[in-house]
Parts: sequence; structure tokens; C-alpha cells
Amino acid sequence: MRISKWLVPTLYILFLMLPIYWLVSMSFKTTNEILGGFSLFPQNFTTENYAKIFTDPTWYWGYFNSLAYVSLNTLISVAAALPAAYAFSRYRFLGDKHLFFWLLTNRMAPAAVFALPFLQLYSSIGLFDTYLAVALAHTLFNVPLAVWILEGFMSGVPKELDETAYVDGHSFPSFFLKIFLPTIAAGIGVAIFFCFMFSWVELLLAKTLTSVEAKPIAAVMTRTSSTSGYELGLLAAAGSLTIIPGAIVIWFVRNYIAKGFALGRV
Amino acid sequence: MNKTVNQKAWFLVLPVVILVAFNALIPLMTVVNYSVQETFGDNTFFWSGVRWFEQILQSDRFWASLGRQLFFTFTILLIEVPLGVAIALTMPKKGPWVSVCLVLMALPLLIPYNVVGAMWNIFALPDIGLLGKLLNSIGFDYNYTRQTGDAWFTLILMDVWHWTSLVVLLAYAGLVSIPDAYFQAAKIDGASSWKIFRFIQLPKMKRVLTIAILLRFMDSFNIYTEPVVLTGGGPGNSTTLLSIDLVKIALGQFDLGPAAAMSLVYFLIILLTSWIFYTLMMRNEEQ
Repeated sequence: MRISKWLVPTLYILFLMLPIYWLVSMSFKTTNEILGGFSLFPQNFTTENYAKIFTDPTWYWGYFNSLAYVSLNTLISVAAALPAAYAFSRYRFLGDKHLFFWLLTNRMAPAAVFALPFLQLYSSIGLFDTYLAVALAHTLFNVPLAVWILEGFMSGVPKELDETAYVDGHSFPSFFLKIFLPTIAAGIGVAIFFCFMFSWVELLLAKTLTSVEAKPIAAVMTRTSSTSGYELGLLAAAGSLTIIPGAIVIWFVRNYIAKGFALGRV
Repeated sequence: MNKTVNQKAWFLVLPVVILVAFNALIPLMTVVNYSVQETFGDNTFFWSGVRWFEQILQSDRFWASLGRQLFFTFTILLIEVPLGVAIALTMPKKGPWVSVCLVLMALPLLIPYNVVGAMWNIFALPDIGLLGKLLNSIGFDYNYTRQTGDAWFTLILMDVWHWTSLVVLLAYAGLVSIPDAYFQAAKIDGASSWKIFRFIQLPKMKRVLTIAILLRFMDSFNIYTEPVVLTGGGPGNSTTLLSIDLVKIALGQFDLGPAAAMSLVYFLIILLTSWIFYTLMMRNEEQ
């Protein structure tokens, strides 16, 4: 019984790590070695692929571009979601339930449906190929999610906290910023994590709304595989690097991650 | 929590409403516009009524994509949900290993979709990929770029790899919220581990599992980038899911009318199913 308890999670984690290992191992191989045949470990260990990424501006700017619109999106989404989540968790108002479901429907909207209209919309207001365009487009699914998560966390905070603060003479903004936000810091952390995650992994909209200036790293990768031959080593190195920001973010929120995935409502 | 009625709360939700309305309503209206109009490419549009809807609903191509989509979604739900629950049940509840497990398991969730596709593409290559080489060396004739069955196998395995952790994390969150006293009481009563699961753990996980199924349903129905990078919808059209077909029509052939009509049908299916789930979830919560 005890052994089987360890066996299942271990095997599962092993299964998760295998493709990642393969990608990372490939990133240290030369293209010749990759195409030449099958090898479990890099035979001629090389860092050439990484060197190429760090010296070629189209590559490393891809990372900056991605991080720029992801950060901007996270900031906008969480800032807009905070007051809304407070309203949903504390008050009843005309159409509140319908509004909540309508927000959620946008989390369900297939990006494929919105790709073309988004291209036309953002081109017509002159935002095409800017960080702001991608950041705003990603609020479509991140704002509803942030509202959902934050509302869960805020509902867990007793209402007495609000009432005591008002008795103590706090105004709404002063209470909200100085008392309430620090209380739900964990929830804000989780919301930031999720917004970062979904903006970081999305590609269809990010690719559609950019061409040169704000092109995300993931799109730089697709272009490389088609124009300059099939440089698998380079592709693997670029792919391996995209795992790092995610890993860092998970490490920061590891203690809240389980609760966060349950949207604060366990 | 008993909420107070306060119509001024609308001011608090206003930023969100403006932001989402800008992003959702304008594009949605564009789609609705296209779906009832005919154009010959010179920016003049003619009213065409429900012609595109008829065309889409009568085309074999749409139903074939929808069929593949439904097959994909139900297969991954049938695998990921039970598997995720099983793994969550065996995970350690306390100690330093919890963080390690959680971080490693969450890792696939944070990899960009096209990197997931590219990763599995090279992982499964029959001659130089670990998985492909392994399957071939133990006697399977495996080649996902040529054989439909292998393409589906790889696609589903990739999705299981990518998303089972989401179910695990949700189920785990539900499990750790059960007070120890429940288990002690069950022990005193001499309950079997199946009974503990059926009458204590499963009811406690009901809510999180509904969220898991809802999220997995929506996201698997919307899946686009991973299968495009992995198989490109092929071999032939055998793994062309709904969104891949839609993008082919809209951005590939620029058939705006049919693409828009298809978008709306597509969106309505997701909306209706999610609404049923959501209503069930909210009803549970009120009890």
C-alpha cells in the first residue's frame, strides 16, 4: 500500500518530464546530430543554439515582446477585476448574476472565432502590432478569470472587516487600498499567476495582432521553422527558454497553487 | 454570505464591463454582420440572410469537424478526469514533497501552446523522437504523420500530458480541504477505502470537479495551436478539429460569410453546454 502510494505520482511526474527532457536534451545537440540519428544524450554537447538566440535580436526581442504584453495584460486585468470582484462578493445589484455569467462566457469564447474581427478592430484604431493590442485582446479571457478567482477569495473574508473599517472612519478607497487588498494578498497573487499563465501560453491572438514590432517569441519560433529550413536544435533551445518564466512564476505561488486552481472556493 | 442590495456597485464593475464589452461585443457584432452578408471583396456587402447558416449546417465538412471535435473532447474528459482524481488521491498530503509534486505537475500548464505542440512533434518523431523510436523498437508500426490512428493516439496523449495536471490540482485542492475528523470517524466505523472515497472524498470534490470538467470542456473545444503544430490537422483531414477548420476557412480562404456563420454555431454550442454546467454548479452551491 505504501509503495503504491508513491508509485502513481512518481510515474506520473516521470511521464510529464520525459517530453521536456527530450526538448532540453535536443537543445544541446547540433542540428546534424539530431537529424543524423537517435541518441538519448547529446553526443557533442553544444551551447551554440543558445548563443544564437542570445545574440540575434529577432530572437531575444521575441522574449521581451512576450514578457511586455503579458505583464501589461496582467496589470490591466487584475486592476480592473479587483473592484468588480469586490462588488460581486459584497453586493446584490440589478443584473448581477447575468453579468457574471456574461463575463464567464468570454472565457469560453474560442480565440479562433475572434481572430479576424480582432485584427480588423485593432487595425482600425491604430493599435495593430503594439503591446497594448495584445494585452487588451487577452483581457477578453483574463478579466473574467481574474474576477472569478478574486471573487472566490473575497467571499472568504468576513464582512465584519468592512464594517469595522467604516466605523473607524475609513472611506471606501482608503479601506479598499489599505486594509482590504493586503488581506486578500494571496488571492491577488493567484490571480496574477493565472493571468500571466493564460496570456503567456496563448498564441493565436498574439500572432494575429502583431507583425514585427511586438512579435511574441512563440511566433518567432513558427517563422523560423518555415523559412530557414528545419533547425530543430534552435527550435528546441527557444522552446526550452519559454519554460523558464512559467517555472519561476509557479515557484513563487507554490503554496497557494492548489487553492488557486480551485478558484479560492475550497 | 448575505449580500446587501446596492445599485452603486455598478460603478465598481464598470471598468470590467467596458473592457470586456469593447473586446467581446464589437468583434461579435462583426461576426454577426459577416454571417448574414455576401461580399465580392471590394468592401461592398449584400444582405444574404441565413444562407451561410444553411450552407454550413448542410455541409458534410462541418459535421465531420464537429464529430471529430466531440470525439476528441469526450475522449480526453473520460481519460483526464478519472486519471486526475486517481493521482490526486495518491499524492502526499503533508511534508516537503507536496510543493515539489505541485510545482512539477503544474509545469506543463505554463508552456506556450505551440511549444507544447513542437515538443510533442519532436518527441514523437518515429525515427529520431524518444516516443516514436521507443514504440517502433518494441514492435509497433508507429508513424503519426502518416497513419490516422497514430495521429489520434499522439494528439490525445499530448492533451493528457498537457492538462491532466489541472484536474489533479483541482481534485487535490478539494481533498486537502476535508477535515481529518472525517477520516477518523470513518476508521472507527470500519469503512473500506472505497466507501471513504464514495461517501466522503467524492462529495467533497464535487464542486472542484465541476470546475475541472467545465474548464476542460471549454478549453478542449477551443483547442487550436497544439494540434496545428503537432499534426497540422492531418494526415489528410483526420485530425482537423472545429477551430482548425474555422481558421482554414476564415484566414486561409477568406470566406468571411461561411466562417462567420460557423463561428456563431460553434460559439453557441460552447455557450449552451457551459450554461448547463454553470447552472448545475450554482444550484449545488446554493444548497
